[in-house]
Amino acid sequence: MADAALQGRDEHETTTGLPHTKLAMWLFLSSECLLFGALITTYVLYRGASTKGPFPADIFDIGYTSVSSFVLLASSLTMVLSLGAAQKRDFMRMRLWLVTTALLGMTFVGGQVYEFTAFYREGLAITTNLFGTTFFVLTGFHGVHVTVGILMLLSLTGMSFADRLPEDPAFPVEMVGLYWHFVDIVWIIIFTVVYLIPTGPVGK
Amino acid sequence: MSDIHAGSSDAEVHGQSAHAGHPGAREYVRIFFILAAITSIEVAIYYVREDMGGWFLPALFSLMIAKFAIVVLWYMHLKFDDRRFSRFFVMGLAGAATLYLVVLISLRVFLD
Repeated sequence: MADAALQGRDEHETTTGLPHTKLAMWLFLSSECLLFGALITTYVLYRGASTKGPFPADIFDIGYTSVSSFVLLASSLTMVLSLGAAQKRDFMRMRLWLVTTALLGMTFVGGQVYEFTAFYREGLAITTNLFGTTFFVLTGFHGVHVTVGILMLLSLTGMSFADRLPEDPAFPVEMVGLYWHFVDIVWIIIFTVVYLIPTGPVGK
Repeated sequence: MSDIHAGSSDAEVHGQSAHAGHPGAREYVRIFFILAAITSIEVAIYYVREDMGGWFLPALFSLMIAKFAIVVLWYMHLKFDDRRFSRFFVMGLAGAATLYLVVLISLRVFLD
């Protein structure tokens, strides 16, 4: 305990039998449901309310976004594989899967940047219409969350190389993993609600 | 119960119980293929939505909920972890869902 405190590690006492950090992470993710719930609700509320285009049906490329969805799903797989390796204290594989997860996350964010740029060239900006405002705010917030997740993954990898992870590295990997999977489940909802339910001009 | 763990660190408590019953790599890969298959069905449904009529939205939302549940239960380990974690998450999820559903209903979104 004293050694851990000297090394600045997170070693809080627990009176519940559950790790407080993990409890706090679940509470944080629970509060994130409210944040993304508000953004998704706002999108649904103004769905089909834009009086001028471009409309979702005009610009969405479902094939392209489907590939992005598969990339994010694959990153969830590599994240749990990283946790599995951390539980076995296989540091090489843990780092490999952490970096792979970060790269898949970067691919997703890169794809989102490309998509935003393409939409902008087709005339959809955040101030163009209600669809543009609600779409960019919702997917932009999600993209920021993915980016934060990538930074967490890279920090974890860097700490591993610097030998600054606890003796059992599974705990911090699991905490970052919970955040990463949450970002994935938010995308599962966005992909269905925003992309797969087509919307045209008002009333259509 | 709490006395047993008083003075234990997060990492120690985690080490004692957290890994018990977690799936192995093979099961994680199997779950990924299930998720990928569901996503493929979602995309396929999108392209045949005209033929599906009133079944389009229920089918799409059922698949979305299935994917959500699979990730939360298996990849986030709620199926294997202490139930108190589930309660924490469901509390926020159900609270958000209820709040925003009431907002959408009160603004007559589903009637338009």
